[in-house]
Amino acid sequence: MSWTVLLGLCAVSYALKAVGPVLAGGRQLSPNVRRTLDLVAVPLLAALILVQTFGDGRRLVLDARAPALAVAAVLVWRRAPFLVVVLSAAAVAALVRAAA
Amino acid sequence: MTAQTPRGLVTTAAGIGVAVGVYGVSFGVLAVAAGLSPAQAAVMSMLVFTGASQFAFVGVLAAGGGALAAVGPAVMLALRNAAYGLSLAPILAGRLRKRALAAQFVIDETTAMARAQDDAVTARRAFLLTGISVWLCWSAGTVGGALLGGALGDPRALGLDAMFPAAFLALLAPQLRRAGAPAAAVAGAAIAVVVLPFAPAGVPVIAALAGVVPGLLVAKGVRS
Repeated sequence: MSWTVLLGLCAVSYALKAVGPVLAGGRQLSPNVRRTLDLVAVPLLAALILVQTFGDGRRLVLDARAPALAVAAVLVWRRAPFLVVVLSAAAVAALVRAAA
Repeated sequence: MTAQTPRGLVTTAAGIGVAVGVYGVSFGVLAVAAGLSPAQAAVMSMLVFTGASQFAFVGVLAAGGGALAAVGPAVMLALRNAAYGLSLAPILAGRLRKRALAAQFVIDETTAMARAQDDAVTARRAFLLTGISVWLCWSAGTVGGALLGGALGDPRALGLDAMFPAAFLALLAPQLRRAGAPAAAVAGAAIAVVVLPFAPAGVPVIAALAGVVPGLLVAKGVRS
């Protein structure tokens, strides 16, 4: 694996993260812009959840990750601690795969 | 999973760190199996420091793709950090050097933790605590996994791939109280699922950004 490509990726990923904090850090934004930015993380997280639960490359699949997410959803709803939610999901997926 | 008290913040940030650390171990294992040296895996986790991109990168390598081909999906997945950075800009004040350092912590987990708080001071603290915790655990986990290699067994058999959606769900939940947020979440999820079969890795999640629009419309309806 080439170090040049790896360090290039490091630079690009840092530049993307830095756009907001470096160029606009501490600025008070207009209410409309702020309302928009406040919502930005929500559809991205929702999309990540779906893609990482049902995605397999470019296919949608139903596997052990689905019951794991269902259990996680119940635990989140019951206000379980973060670590309990995450480790329970792993345990459910592991058990379902072991049983299959 | 809202954490308002300083102690609650530390506990939650540490919990997120531990969970990410476990996933870091599996990243280390996969990275070395895909042809990275342990040093390269460690540098990647410390400097790229955005999990989804890193998994996408080693995934392409493991499937036989070249290093340059692996950069594409990794960058697509990292694009959302630019949106996160902009949304965090108002709470990341201070000298340029501090802001430039804080920028490295701009990822899913830190943004979600900051967004779940009610005021800017707590949000900033939540961001930094989560950033430090996740950075240390992710880096340490990667080094551990890279050195242990295949001795750990198949990460999938251990259910480790189910950890991330569960973690993101726990991080998303407190944000859904915001006006318009449920609509934005549903729209984002729907867009991602529809786009997924037709687009390369990373694109479905970026396309989901359009879910902000119905969210804003609903929020506007609530306000008027």
